[in-house]
Amino acid sequence: MKKFESFNSIVTPLDMINVDTDAIIPKQFLKSIKRTGFGNNLFDDWRYLDKDIEGSGRKDRKINHDFILNKKIYVDSKILLARENFGCGSSREHAPWALLDYGFQVIISSSFADIFTSNSFKNGLLLITLDKKIIETLFDKTKKENNLYLSVNLTDQKVFNDDITIDFEIDKFKKKCLIEGLDEIGLTLQKSNIIEEFEKKYYKKYPWLI
Amino acid sequence: MKTLYDKLWESHLVSEDENGTSLIYIDRHLLHEVTSPQAFEGLSINNRNPWRTNSVLATADHNTPTKNWSHGIKDPISKIQVDTLDKNIRKFKINNYFPFGSKNQGIVHVIGPETGATLPGMTVVCGDSHTSTHGAFGCLAFGIGTSEVEHVLATQCLVQKKSKSMQINVVGHLNKGVFAKDLVLYIIGVIGTAGGTGYAIEYSGDAIQDLSMEGRMTVCNMTIEAGARAGLIAVDDKTIEYVKNKKFSPSNEQLNSAIEYWKTLKTDENATFDKVISIIGNDIKPQVTWGTSPEMVSSIDGIVPTLDSISSEDRKNSFSKALNYMDLKPGAKITDIPVDVVFIGSCTNSRIEDLRLAAEIFKKEKVSKNITSAIVVPGSGPVKEQAEKEGLHEIFIEAGCEWREPGCSMCLGMNDDKLKSGQRSASTSNRNFEGRQGAGGRTHLVSPAMAAATAVAGHFYDYRKDFNL
Repeated sequence: MKKFESFNSIVTPLDMINVDTDAIIPKQFLKSIKRTGFGNNLFDDWRYLDKDIEGSGRKDRKINHDFILNKKIYVDSKILLARENFGCGSSREHAPWALLDYGFQVIISSSFADIFTSNSFKNGLLLITLDKKIIETLFDKTKKENNLYLSVNLTDQKVFNDDITIDFEIDKFKKKCLIEGLDEIGLTLQKSNIIEEFEKKYYKKYPWLI
Repeated sequence: MKTLYDKLWESHLVSEDENGTSLIYIDRHLLHEVTSPQAFEGLSINNRNPWRTNSVLATADHNTPTKNWSHGIKDPISKIQVDTLDKNIRKFKINNYFPFGSKNQGIVHVIGPETGATLPGMTVVCGDSHTSTHGAFGCLAFGIGTSEVEHVLATQCLVQKKSKSMQINVVGHLNKGVFAKDLVLYIIGVIGTAGGTGYAIEYSGDAIQDLSMEGRMTVCNMTIEAGARAGLIAVDDKTIEYVKNKKFSPSNEQLNSAIEYWKTLKTDENATFDKVISIIGNDIKPQVTWGTSPEMVSSIDGIVPTLDSISSEDRKNSFSKALNYMDLKPGAKITDIPVDVVFIGSCTNSRIEDLRLAAEIFKKEKVSKNITSAIVVPGSGPVKEQAEKEGLHEIFIEAGCEWREPGCSMCLGMNDDKLKSGQRSASTSNRNFEGRQGAGGRTHLVSPAMAAATAVAGHFYDYRKDFNL
């Protein structure tokens, strides 16, 4: 996993609750056997006016210029501002793959769905959970200022610009994995002996599960 | 005093790390073609092998066609994905595999319990959010992403944090003509699609105990639609009866000690939960969703809500967006909504009991001429075989339904079974998100009884007036 580094970016406001993983990456694009290339079809039903029902991945699409991601100023945005229960629905890891492949590195919301959260952190996508009131303030700022820029510093757990500084909470282990770009499987395999010991006792107790 | 969730957690706890995470042992790993290729690729790149291949049960279900099986898979991209699963199964020497076209193939959450691969007390995971289904057997079962699929393959464990616990106690019994699907849709309507986020939910109470194992699976299946990864129901005699004498069940010599252990899989009397919710069983009527989130649900005798009944500003926005997408007017009567397509199937409602229920209605009435298509997709080969033994397929066909081969089908439309843009479905599946059943398609979630009654009437219909179900 790539190490997470501090950066500054314009914030893209996606003003909707319950954005589900079917919306983030529709099912017709889940047929790939790779981890890359999903960015083109991020929010496909909303980003394009024509439908790619077969999931062919063709490039000659009719852009929906009303959709927020297609506004010129947000093209290089790395921060998505969202609302409660972002990432609900299916367990498809293609959702964080698509967000990352598109260029987002951080999503800020008042809450995220459980499976989406775990999938995101395992791929280096930082989810920042903030109080509903702060989310409201940030949405207001994106509307009024039309170009809200924020810096993200994971080490100090801060989101900031010249006007505001917001502290955020993050699980210690997740933070360490993101900053050091750790391979979680490698870490668990260092405990192989403990797992083997566990299995010996376990299968003695529940022999029908062998 | 422990909850069922505590007990399952503790029996699978390999180690606790000082950083607050735990390593949890996984008994059963279900695999399908969509969320596994990148996990196998990860193993190969890092030169790792599966820890315990016997824990794996694999099938192809999401991409597979539900008719003309002899023609194979036409869509070349789908075919690559299914072929890739075949190759990975061979390469990593996995024994428990029901490939496309085989007699026992089916939806992974149907074949797990059906073969006894799902047993009480297990931890069950799958790269699929509806893994919560298996919690009906007193299992800790939850959906995982592809990175976690790779983690379980390589280590037989997952790094987890313990969830908070919630009890949903359904007081009293369900009324006649009200089913497990209505119950769970009603619960989601009450607690919302984020109501269970961060929790493992245990369902209890008379109405839950009354349910058959099929009904319990339906309730646990849709737990993820309430935001919780895992749903649980305590083991009782029905559970034990169901899991006996299956392909992967304990041998006769081991059965007694297994049963003795299984009987302990319930919450202790004075155990406490982080949150308790009470639902009154006989308040519940047949349910129909009207929006683009499973929490947007009404009773059959209800209406599509009006804007002034929605409290918060962001909910008002999503309400208007949903009605616009669904092409519905606020205040419209649910029974006035006409339907184009009826889908009976999915890991929520494709088991034999679901098919029997739908057949009760189709026995008496034919599909309305206003319905473009009504398809019945059994959950697995064995469900199909049982239904045919009982003659249910003839009832469906005679009524004007299509009788298909097993698979996930129109629940998510990764194969040819899709809604066309603008078409409206009555569907026994689990998600009514925008585009879920096909780009531009409009989904209403219902029980098998409501789906069949809607097929007959051409619009949502309160079957309780005419059918004694």
